[in-house]
Formats: sequence, structure tokens, C-alpha cells
Amino acid sequence: MSSLSADTQGCRYSVGIDLGTTHCVLSYVDLFSDEANLVHEVLPIPQLTSPGQIEEHLQLPSFLYQAHESELADGDIALPWSAQPDVIVGVMARTLGSKTPIRLVSSAKSWLCHSGVDRHSEFLPLNSPDEVSKVSPIEATYHYLSHLRDAWDHRFPATPLIDQDVTITIPASFDPAARELTAEAAESIGFEHITLLEEPQAALYSWIKNRGDNWRQQLSVGDIVLVVDIGGGTTDLSLVAVTEEAGNLTLQRVAVGDHILLGGDNMDLALAFRINAKLTQEGKKLQPWQIQAITHACRDAKEALLMDSDINAVPIVVPSRGSKLLGSTLRTELTRAEVNQTIVEGFFPEVSIEDHPVQQQRSALTQMGLPYAQDAAVPRHLAAFLCKQQSAASALFGDNLSDFIKPTAVLFNGGVLKAPVIAERILSTINAWLEQADAPQAKLLEGLDLDLAVANGASYYGHVRQGKGVRIRGGLASAYYIGVESAMPAIPGMAPPVEALCLAPFGMEEGSESTVNNREFGLVVGEPVKFRFYGSTTRRDDQVGTLLDFWEPEELEELPEIQATLPLEGRSAGEVVPVKLAARVTEVGTLRLEAIPREGEERWQIELEVRDQ
Amino acid sequence: MNIDLTAMPTSLDAGHFGLAILALLFFILFITKKSAPKETLTSQTAKPDTEVPAPKAPAKLKDANPDAALQLLTLLQQEARLVDFLNEDLGDYADADIGAAARVVHEGGQKVLKEYFTLAPVREEEEESRITLAEGFNATEVRLTGNVVGQAPFTGTLIHRGWKATQVKLPKLAEGHDAKVIAAAEVEL
Repeated sequence: MSSLSADTQGCRYSVGIDLGTTHCVLSYVDLFSDEANLVHEVLPIPQLTSPGQIEEHLQLPSFLYQAHESELADGDIALPWSAQPDVIVGVMARTLGSKTPIRLVSSAKSWLCHSGVDRHSEFLPLNSPDEVSKVSPIEATYHYLSHLRDAWDHRFPATPLIDQDVTITIPASFDPAARELTAEAAESIGFEHITLLEEPQAALYSWIKNRGDNWRQQLSVGDIVLVVDIGGGTTDLSLVAVTEEAGNLTLQRVAVGDHILLGGDNMDLALAFRINAKLTQEGKKLQPWQIQAITHACRDAKEALLMDSDINAVPIVVPSRGSKLLGSTLRTELTRAEVNQTIVEGFFPEVSIEDHPVQQQRSALTQMGLPYAQDAAVPRHLAAFLCKQQSAASALFGDNLSDFIKPTAVLFNGGVLKAPVIAERILSTINAWLEQADAPQAKLLEGLDLDLAVANGASYYGHVRQGKGVRIRGGLASAYYIGVESAMPAIPGMAPPVEALCLAPFGMEEGSESTVNNREFGLVVGEPVKFRFYGSTTRRDDQVGTLLDFWEPEELEELPEIQATLPLEGRSAGEVVPVKLAARVTEVGTLRLEAIPREGEERWQIELEVRDQ
Repeated sequence: MNIDLTAMPTSLDAGHFGLAILALLFFILFITKKSAPKETLTSQTAKPDTEVPAPKAPAKLKDANPDAALQLLTLLQQEARLVDFLNEDLGDYADADIGAAARVVHEGGQKVLKEYFTLAPVREEEEESRITLAEGFNATEVRLTGNVVGQAPFTGTLIHRGWKATQVKLPKLAEGHDAKVIAAAEVEL
């Protein structure tokens, strides 16, 4: 996302970090290796798998466990680089946490982009006793990155990770605050050169890398690639258009989807509930630990059934917890029909293009928790995305007369799509929509390692940024607006209508800056001033300073409030200072909003996340 | 103690004939064994400078590392509940119960095998097919049985393909870890 800055020239490695909701992966490219035999590897990450046992795995489960002081013997948590690590992350954190959930932090990434909470405050694990020390989503992210850094430095002591060119991937749907917080966690590690890259773009980079020069035969000008990325916790959608510049094919990311908290974990849970219901009918009452064990067993059984069409049923066995194994082992089975009904029909039903997610009003009593997608049907979210982005490529390829944008190619990524049945179902649903609109069928772009593609793509991106290969152009996937009260006479009982002033236009590139010159704001010194903040993924033509007095509800999405605080420095409290507002997209790939006083050279940063006081 | 001499066998039956042969065999062995060192001794004193087969050095035996064995047991218990299973008395249970438990052991055991060992058959040929072993074959990898006579090449029926580990990758153990604890007792609070 950012251009190559001179200071990354000396880096030996380009490192890609996939900071996933359920797993982290680190991949690297040796920038000193020659193009023909590019050294491009995934780092095996040493981690505790059970007390005292250290194994290397390509994936580091994104779980954090804060053990009680009398829970583990001193020698049992040692890592190759530290005899007494502060926290436990990885496989053992997940295993210990399955039995002691009050000490387990999971899904930190989903919390990182949940604007309903103060993400700097320490509240994870959620709802656990006061005695358990809490961490913020940023700190949890810091611990995962810090484990990766230690693993790297242990392996390559001569080239510490913080000095390398590091690319961290984020969901395309991350809002500016979530991007900023990810960058903040990375900066606290001490990384010198970091860049954020959207995961679907990383997957596409990985595909291009795997295809070599062949990719130009598979894509041509006018193609629109739909990237569908269904991971453990989230579903991420992006559209990339293939255009031409000076006779060369270029790629441009033209749209990204909403943040959908729906993934493989939901599917395993759905199967476990189904099995639980089946056993309850048989008169067996299950304990919570058994349900958890069933969820675990369902994951393996589901994979076996979805991968191999010859198997019709997979036994699910849950051994007793005690040392007596015989007579107390629970046995049932998961059948092909059940998986088809629950997963394929439940999560991937064949719907029409007009069929969009059902949004129920959440009850006011909703517990504090993650805003999981209410509609579990992925194709409905997909249909809504394609319809919403109907004109995403109009500026490039001319007006689209249909109700939805028609992808010509599909790239799948994420563990869920390893199952051929699911991949086929999504592709056939999209193709049915295309057929109805008399459009040619979309082709499938194959050849990705769906678990490692994002990290691989990210490290390859660092290599591409050195001018060795095609780059995907992106910029902001959203235009950003600040809410301004309109100057109209007050009407009793009616809030003054709000107008939206465009601060940062759609597609604004990294390293560029825009200032609103036609309007000034008065900021009170020493007092936080809050602004309403909006984003739009569809208004592509608004320029800096455009003032909207009317918009369709689906056009602008209200984001969490932003806040400016002017420090006292040389001013008296309460003084009103006229400022201009400016937006900048940093080289890292984050959005920065600033207030510039009329006089002077100072710049004050506007916080994208309003902290609880 | 009375010895009834009349109880001595008067005729030679097959059993006693066998015993007699055995006694003779031992006698011959005794003689040769006694004379053998003497022979080397004399030849050594006669020609001390010529090359002679050195006395057989005692084979070096290495102690198998108990930590690795304990670690494997731990893994098999963790994933496959093997220690629990082997300590059960199967007699009291129906085959269906044993079957359910066997699935746990099999599933987990397979996982351990796949995760930590790369196994390959020693011989790629079909079992029950005729194969020929060329001279200089590896006797550790292939065991000859039955009518073992003559010289290589040997031709025979492949009974079992054999297994060999091409790679072993056991987890590393922390220095302070007590490997003797195969499964910790679990106390739920």
C-alpha cells in the first residue's frame, strides 16, 4: 500500500505477517536472492504444545493464556528464547484455554475492529473474575507479534525482525481506527518499516507469484476479479479490476466489502449444536466439556466429509475425562446429510441476487460481545456486496447497466474454502446470477495454498515494491466525511440536520494529503471536541470539501465519533482557535486526520478512537 | 539313597539316543573351545608381527534415552489415551464399548504417528509376490526366514513389506520438564 521508501533499501528480508483471527503465519522473501530462484519460505514457529514440550508449526494459533501462578511448573513454560515468558500464546494457550476459558483471550482481532468498546482498555478475557489480569485487544495483538519477533530473532539472530521490511495484513473491511490500532501494536514492537496490506490483495499477490508470468494469460483488460476470503472468524470480500497502462496489465482494487464476522468457527459450532440436539433426543445429557469436545471432533469430521465424497459418515467419539476409557466413551456420528444440511445449505444456500442479509433489530439487552453476523448465509452477503458495488468499475470500463457488478473471475482464499463442495457451491451460485443476467461465466483462479496464501502474498508484496512485478493499486477503499451541523434556524423538537463534509476522497493514495480549504472549525483549547464521522464505500466522485446535505441511508455509514483535543501550549484554556482540517494517508497505510490552526505551523492529530475518560 | 540299578535302560530308545548325541555334541564343543584360544596363543607367540584377527571387541551398547520413550508415551496418552486404554481390563466390556474406545486410540495414535514420524515401507513390492534380493542387501532392513541356504541372490516371497522411519521429529523438551509425568492428574475447581 505504500511506495518504497529509500530506507527499506538495506533490508535483507521482506517479511509478511498474516495476523489472523484464529492463526498467525509468518512468511519471508530473501531480497538478496535472485529472481529465478527466489527464496520464499514460511517460518516454522516454535511454540509450547503442552507443558514442557516445544514444537514448530507453520501456524501460531492466535490465543493468549494467562496461567495462574500455581498452574504450571517453572520449567514447563520455557521457550527457546525465554525461560519465563510473561504469557503463553499458540497451541498450548488454546488447549489450556479449552479447559479454563476464564484465562483465555481469543478473537482479539475481532475486538480490535469493534467500535463499541474502548480498544485501549483492558477487558479481555471478557467477563472473567477480577483476579485474572486483563489485556486490551491491542496488547493481545502485541503479544502475538512479539512471539513472532522472538521466533524470527531466534532463527535469524543476525537480522532482527524489527529491521526488516515487514508487511502486516488486515481485513479489507477494517475501518481507519482498526488499521491505526494494528499499526500501533506493531509500532510498540519496534518495527522500523511496516506497511499494512489488505488480506484479499495479499491472496491475489500470492496467486500472481504462484502463476509466474502465466497470470497474464489468465486475466486480461476488462476482467473483474472477485476475491472471497472465508477464514476462521471473518468473511472478507474485494473486487480487483484489470486495466492497462502503457501497454502493461495493471491491477486496481476497486471495492471492499463490509466487515462480516462469519467464518469456519461458526460452522463447527453449528455442527456441534446439531450433534448435541441429536444426543439430547436420544436421552443423553451433555456437559459443557463434552460439547466442547464435540465441537473439536466436528471440525475434523466436517473436513473429512467435505474433502472426500466417498465417506458417508464419520464417527464422533468423546472419551471420558477420567482414566477409565471403556464404557464411558460417548459415541455418535456425523453423516454426510447432516453436514450438507447444516453447512452447505445452512451457510451457503442457493439464493437469488436480490436476496440480501436479513437484519434484525438487536435487542437493547444484547450482552456486550462481538457483533457476529446475524445472517449466516454467505451468498446473501455476497449478493448484497455485488449489488452495492454495482458501479465500482464504471469509471474504468464504462457504465454497468445491470443491478450488480459482474465478476469475470473468482479467487478463493481461507481455510473454509479448502472444501471443494463449498467452493463449488459459491462458484455455481455466482454463475447462476451471471447466467440470469446473460453474462459469461466467471472463471476460477486456482493454485493457492489457502492457509498460507495471505502471509506468502504479503512477503511477496515487499518484493514487488522493489519494482519486481505487478502491483495492485488501491488507495482508500472508502471516502470519509465529517459531520457538520447545518446552519439553519432551530426548530423546536428537531435536531439540527447534519451535513457531511468530505475530508478524504475515495481512492486517495498512500503518501498523499488533502486539506479542506473552504471551511474552518473553531476548536476550544483544552477541551475535547467530538465530531461525527462517516465512511462511504460507494461514493467515488466526491472531492475534498464536497458538502452533502442529503444521502441515501445505505450510502454513508456512520463510524464511531472522532475527537480532537487542543493542548494548552501557550494558549489559555477556553480560547477558541480557528482550524482547518486535513487528511493524510500514511506510508504505513493508515488514515491520519489533523487540525491545522490558521496561524502557525502546528498540526494536531485527531483521534480516530474516542477513549473512555 | 538307594539306586536301583535294574531301572537302568537295557535297550536304547529314541529319546536316549538323542540325549547321547547331545552329550557328544557338547563334548566336541568343549574340546574345540578349549583348544581354540590355545591355537591363537601359539600362533601369536610364533609370529607376533603378522596380521591376525584381533580378539573380538565387546560390542558397545548404548542406553536408550528414557526421556524420548517417556515423551512418546506422553504423546500417545495425550492424543490417543493409550496408557489409559492398555490399563483397562477388556474382559468386562462388550465389543461395542471396546470399539468406541479403540476409535479414540486409533484416531489419536494415527495423529501422533503422522505428526512425528515419516514412515515408509522397506520394500515397495506387493506382499505375497516373489522378489529377488541381490548380493549385499541390507540384513537389517530385510530378514530372511525359512529355508535359508546358499548364496545371494536370494529369491523368495515377500511376507511383510516392513516399515522404516525416514524422519523422526519429536517435540523439544524444556530443560526443567519432568518427563516422568506422562499425564498430569487433573483437578477441576
